[in-house]
Amino acid sequence: MTRARARARTRRARVVETLMRIVTGGAAALIVLSAFGLLGYLLVRGLPSISWVFLTAMPKLGGIFPAIVGTFWLTAGTAVFSLPIGIAAGIYLSEYAPRSRRTRFIRLSIANMAGVPSIVYGLFGLAVFVMLFGFKVSILSGALTLACLTLPVIITTTEEALRQVPQDLRQASLALGATRWRTIYKVVLPAAAPGIVTGSILGLSRASGETAPVLFTAVFFSAPLPTSPFDKVMALPYHIYIMATQPNHPQPGIVWGSALVLVAGVTVINIVAAAWRSRARRRVTW
Amino acid sequence: MGEPRRKLTGSGRTGRARATETVVRTIIASSGWVAIVILTAIAIFLGTNAWPALSSPVAGLWRMLTGTAWYSTATPPEFGFLPYIVSTLRVTGVALAIAVPIGIAAAVFISEFAGRRIKEISKSIIEFMAAVPSVVYGLMGVYVVGPAVKDLLHLTSALTALSAGIVLAFMALPTIVSISEDAMHAVPSDLRMGSLALGNTRWQTAYKVIVPAAGSGIFASVMLGMGRAIGETMVVLMVAGGTMDLTWSLTASARPLTAVIASEMGEVVQGGLHYSALFVIGLTLFVITFAANLAADLVLERQRRRWRR
Repeated sequence: MTRARARARTRRARVVETLMRIVTGGAAALIVLSAFGLLGYLLVRGLPSISWVFLTAMPKLGGIFPAIVGTFWLTAGTAVFSLPIGIAAGIYLSEYAPRSRRTRFIRLSIANMAGVPSIVYGLFGLAVFVMLFGFKVSILSGALTLACLTLPVIITTTEEALRQVPQDLRQASLALGATRWRTIYKVVLPAAAPGIVTGSILGLSRASGETAPVLFTAVFFSAPLPTSPFDKVMALPYHIYIMATQPNHPQPGIVWGSALVLVAGVTVINIVAAAWRSRARRRVTW
Repeated sequence: MGEPRRKLTGSGRTGRARATETVVRTIIASSGWVAIVILTAIAIFLGTNAWPALSSPVAGLWRMLTGTAWYSTATPPEFGFLPYIVSTLRVTGVALAIAVPIGIAAAVFISEFAGRRIKEISKSIIEFMAAVPSVVYGLMGVYVVGPAVKDLLHLTSALTALSAGIVLAFMALPTIVSISEDAMHAVPSDLRMGSLALGNTRWQTAYKVIVPAAGSGIFASVMLGMGRAIGETMVVLMVAGGTMDLTWSLTASARPLTAVIASEMGEVVQGGLHYSALFVIGLTLFVITFAANLAADLVLERQRRRWRR
């Protein structure tokens, strides 16, 4: 190859380099900008509707209080069912499970559970909790359905958080005569707590925004405030869906206000959790 | 003398600790099975509820999969859901056509070109996008994307397969970007350093070394993104329009499988043939997404084994 041709090649490579930097950077910028666009649009359309009355009044007076309460109870119920089992399963996978075909199979099932469409969880909840168990359309049925959907997130994040705890800590505890469970309970779990809590909050906040799974298991459009776990409820995502698709009385103010409340709630909780995790990580050192 | 006795009954603290250990181990080990139990239960209950339609002379799997008419209230009723399958394909096709190139390009940028700060910031923004509830994406489709597409292409309706697909693309993007980026990040840096040391530019390295090495992870990210798009309900329910016609046109409205279940389950007689037919659609969705996830998982596992030294 002559020198001129080599130089031409180098120059071409440099041009392509710059070009691809711009193209790939443009793709990343497009994603980032659309996220900001989404947030900005939500703020612009939603903020004017936000008021004390909007947050605390019944729908007749233009408020969304029952929807907020319903989403709160659904999420709390989801936490009650999914956290103990999910964290226990995470502990099993990280601390007890042997490296075997069976464990591999369990992991495969968890990954597959995460990919099952949310509407299919809705059908499952309808068939099992609403019909077979006779819980009717209620907070209980909805929370159980959402718990199934949230479990894979909680299991995976718990396992990951536990795996990040160094082996030395476990061995030191075992060497002092602690049993396996005491080691997990007193040493490993506290060290992994920040990761577990943040992951669980992420999973639960995702559950709180789900509509399809609660469509036939928990929600009812103008349900009153619930008095027991067997009551139907309103929920923010469902309220948004119904209000947005009503052909006769469109009320964009309520729709965008509710959407802003939902997204702000989810985002703020996640940011707080992430901030707390990074602080807690700094405190626990190894 | 004391040794064997203590082993048998356990005494005081040690015995109690041992008993606790056994109980706790049993509880935790049984929780480990929860995923298998639930997944099996889903398959069983979808199957048993779908069975009346599958075994009925007016429906049946083959007739339903290939039939083009869905008249649930006619006598005899028709439950052919081919138009809905085609709707799902149209919407998912649009979503992937947009999300795959943009997603992989963005992943290359974040993994190979971006500095640490930009990397962190874009990762947390993508995390935010994944946390936004689907009904909010549906809203954006109804109020922003749909009307924009309508004006741009001079359509008569804002609710089309195209606009639903565009919105779905934004929902699939976080999955595709983060999993592809993870895969590129996991490529041993020896390969990257070696390529750069030979005089390759960063793009040549990315294109000729990193992307091929991370190929299976990128494939998995596309599979998972596709699973998300196929299974998404609220966006297609709100944005796709909901016509029953069998058409491949992207600017026509669509009624994907998930939307059929969500819009009709509220008004069926529970236990009836229509109810059962909706479970057949649910079972179809379950099988399709299961296959996509399985493919992704097997490929990811292979890659993990390859990079584990």
